[in-house]
Amino acid sequence: MNWLLDPSVSTFGPDIDRLYYIILFITGVVFVLTEGLLVYFLVRYRRRPGQRAEYIHGSTRAEVIWTAVPFLILVALGLMSKPVWDRVKEPSVFPQDAYELRLVARQFEWEAHYPGANGDPDAPDAFSVLNRFHVPANEPVVIHLEAEDVIHSFFVPRFRLKQDAIPGRSIPIWFEITEPGEYDLGCAELCGLGHYSMDGMVIVQSRSEFDAWNAERRTAAREAAGAVVAGRSGSDAGEGEAVSIEGGS
Amino acid sequence: MSHAAAVHETRRFMPGFGIYNAKLGIWVFLLSEVMFFTSLIGAYIILRFAHPEQFAAPGAVLNVPLTAINTFVLICSSVTMVKAYAAIAQDDQAGLKRWLLATIVLGSTFVGVQVYEYIHLVGDGFVANASAYAAEGGPLYGSTFYLMTGFHGLHVSLGVLALAWILLRAMRGEFSSKRLGGVEAVGLYWHFVDLVWIVLFTIVYLI
Amino acid sequence: MSTAAAGARTDWDIPEYAGEHHQELSFLRRYVFSTDHKVIAVQFLVMSLVFLALGGFLALMMRWQLGFPGQPMPGGSVLPESMAPGGIILPEFYNSLVTMHGTFMIFFAIMPLLVGVFGNLLIPLQIGAPDMAFPKLNMASFWLAVPAGFIMLTSFWVEGGAAGAGWTSYAPLSASGDYTGVYLGQQLWLLSLFILGFSSIAGAVNYITTVVNMRAPGLTWFRLPLTVWALFITAILVLLAMPILAGALIMLLSDQTLGTTFFLPELGGEPLLWQHLFWFFGHPEVYILILPAFGIVSEVLANGARKPVFGYHAMVLAIAAIAFLGWIVWGHHMFMSGMNPVLGTTFMVTTLVIAVPSAIKVFNWLGTLWKGNIHFHVPFLHAAAFVSLFIIGGLSGIFMAAAPVDIHIHDTYFIVAHLHYVLFGGSLFAIFAGITFWFPKMFGRMMNTLWNRVHFVGTFLCYNLVFFPMHGLGIEGMMRRLYDPTQYGWLAELQPWNVFITYAVFGLVTFQVVFFVNFFLSIWTGRKAEANPWRANSLEWSVPSPPPHGNFMAMPTVYRGPYEYSTPDGEEDFILQSASPRESERPPSDGTRSRAALNEEEST
Repeated sequence: MNWLLDPSVSTFGPDIDRLYYIILFITGVVFVLTEGLLVYFLVRYRRRPGQRAEYIHGSTRAEVIWTAVPFLILVALGLMSKPVWDRVKEPSVFPQDAYELRLVARQFEWEAHYPGANGDPDAPDAFSVLNRFHVPANEPVVIHLEAEDVIHSFFVPRFRLKQDAIPGRSIPIWFEITEPGEYDLGCAELCGLGHYSMDGMVIVQSRSEFDAWNAERRTAAREAAGAVVAGRSGSDAGEGEAVSIEGGS
Repeated sequence: MSHAAAVHETRRFMPGFGIYNAKLGIWVFLLSEVMFFTSLIGAYIILRFAHPEQFAAPGAVLNVPLTAINTFVLICSSVTMVKAYAAIAQDDQAGLKRWLLATIVLGSTFVGVQVYEYIHLVGDGFVANASAYAAEGGPLYGSTFYLMTGFHGLHVSLGVLALAWILLRAMRGEFSSKRLGGVEAVGLYWHFVDLVWIVLFTIVYLI
Repeated sequence: MSTAAAGARTDWDIPEYAGEHHQELSFLRRYVFSTDHKVIAVQFLVMSLVFLALGGFLALMMRWQLGFPGQPMPGGSVLPESMAPGGIILPEFYNSLVTMHGTFMIFFAIMPLLVGVFGNLLIPLQIGAPDMAFPKLNMASFWLAVPAGFIMLTSFWVEGGAAGAGWTSYAPLSASGDYTGVYLGQQLWLLSLFILGFSSIAGAVNYITTVVNMRAPGLTWFRLPLTVWALFITAILVLLAMPILAGALIMLLSDQTLGTTFFLPELGGEPLLWQHLFWFFGHPEVYILILPAFGIVSEVLANGARKPVFGYHAMVLAIAAIAFLGWIVWGHHMFMSGMNPVLGTTFMVTTLVIAVPSAIKVFNWLGTLWKGNIHFHVPFLHAAAFVSLFIIGGLSGIFMAAAPVDIHIHDTYFIVAHLHYVLFGGSLFAIFAGITFWFPKMFGRMMNTLWNRVHFVGTFLCYNLVFFPMHGLGIEGMMRRLYDPTQYGWLAELQPWNVFITYAVFGLVTFQVVFFVNFFLSIWTGRKAEANPWRANSLEWSVPSPPPHGNFMAMPTVYRGPYEYSTPDGEEDFILQSASPRESERPPSDGTRSRAALNEEEST
């Protein structure tokens, strides 16, 4: 039984974690007080011979206090939450100059589409990978999340990030990861038979490693595209096989 | 029997709104009907705002003049319903039956014209099925049109059946100026269905 | 039933009191197609207990799969190949289990238990009416619920199996069988809920009309028992929320069958429209599932503590506030759906605010116990457990209400824990309190106390062992509705917890068997109950157990509120609402106000 969060690795992760621990503290105190009072009353006021309950209908002062105090605490929580919420989810305040890619969810896999070297998503060296995809560390990344069939939900627990992918829409999400590594990606919205097996991996690399990986993929994509063109003009090279490459980090 | 009557005389429940059960019940039920049509109309509004390109201009697909006449027919049926209630409130049994019959005829006419309109629209390729849709606009237009007008038509048809039942009871002489709950309850339902149509006609045909 | 009395309108059509009629009914009219609200309450009770057991059974199968994924379930080989070949649960069957567990429990167990059973039983009895305003409509309400349940149940055995898109049936997964392989099952799910909607609306019309029009003389609004208040406000929510669901169900059904595209995005449909409609219904529905429980718990706590409910007016206002705010918080179910973040902020604020009336209720319950003289009868035990578990369910809700924290725990086992703390720890414990409390009024016999206590202790312990660790699983990021958590690397490490929970569920289910056996045996073999075994105040305790057809011999008159326990005068520590006024309650002749009147003012 674990009430502590695994360490987060995104820049906004600590904000969310702080809020979580504040709520955990407040609710923990309220929990102990109310449950303690309940148990105390149950013991203290148990039936005893000759005892008669006091004929009390209520107290206006008490009602006012226990309406106002929770109200103020909850409003305060709302005020603390708003900036964090906006930082994570509001596209108009997303960091500028982020590395951008497209992630398409479908039953039951994730396909990441990377642009070519010139930033053109339709360039011949643009490529895509399945389920295991790479992003650079220590710089903002914006992912345009799409779904092909039903609703899926992009969830990387260590990033503290979750977002539904809605068919017919492209929803931008962002993160900046401070710690390179491999992070589990899951689908959090029931999406059919294979919902339980829609796992993936986000591989966060330093910029130089990421660039190297990216260049290698681009070259492979360009060669494959060339092969396709060549194939169309007479050669019988495998058609477009390398455009979608499973795995491989 | 006189015993039961005496009992009723002695009953004094706490005052609610001073409306007898059948009437209060139908009012409460109509609130639920309001929410039902709210969900359909709300969905229509959301879809139309999200996809304006799928909705043709007023009159481009739908036959506005014909439906305007039909709307007039339905409004007239509300008037005849009021007449029926007014008749029985003065113990005019013949008047009650006459005006109820008129309401039934007008209501049936409305449904008949709607069926006629449906047949023509389907012939023009204006259907609910997205893959068969062939009219101006897009499939959402057909889907929402048949959803809203269809469920309204169903309500009118059920209303006609209820009126027929009330007419049957009227012919048996079950109503009087002291006892007209059935007439009033069905009348309220009928006015509600009429009112919904005026909203639907405006947003589906005119705007 | 009634005839025209000269000069007066006779449209009231009030059913007759027990002393006013002498009519022998055939067996069929008495027990099957009965219009007596008490019989209909028992019919709803039997139906919903059957579905409660079935829903529990589905949960047991799910837990087997989660604890021991891919291993053959003991006895599972009796299931057809399409569900569990060789006893090993298939993913498609697991999705059906998830969906139907939620559907059974919410629509066919908790909702009919709270609204159908206690609404029918208590409203006429506690307001001093002979029956509901529309007894035949009441009968129709039950006999619509039965085919709805039957259709839902049989959908397991149709081609493709039962619906598998979750009880929320998010489109487009639910809008086309191509995504799930479930065609007919999903359509039957929609049809069943549509029929159930008619049943619920018929019930709501009846409850509202009855409470407004048929309160006995002297029973003013603020002398109503809190159960009646809660059921009245719940009926309003049912009345206004179910039609929204009906509209959404029709659209989804036509997407499935007629080729429309309301929720299918390829041709312009809006998947999120379904979520908005569903949760616009669904959040009031959540309160439909808890408000009557609030009423029952207030009633039972006051009775056990032998004290007036603390802050009666605040309790009524809190219920009303929840019912009102419940309409403007639905978006918190959709924080992760990609809706406008500004809208998300709005829903976050309303959601945090709706926690306030719930907090008020908890504090008032504690106030009710304060300085009481507590009798630990079985209903009281369940009611006290309700308070302690509802506190946990309420507090865990705050984590999800704070949208940034919800980013992490949305759609994880944290929400599974939360909703079960509210629906099982909350509603179901209140239902146990209600069943054990009003069992004598329903059947004229007492339940066996010893076995009831065994059931209570076992349920309370196992319940917490099952659901408390789920908070931790959610914090670790275990998603909901997962067929096999070991497929995810980081979840495989948590498997010991899933095994532990599964064992605890076996215990939980075992103790429910104790309850079911005790319940059905007590109907025939329990000790005969007197009219007022709990020494309570409200009107149902002034008539024999069970009350005759027509409830009261003649119209009762009410002189005081329902929670006048331990008044300073009087030998007994309770006084029936209909008992004739004591000397101290009569207005003093010297023009000063009576003590009762003063008390009334104090409590406002």
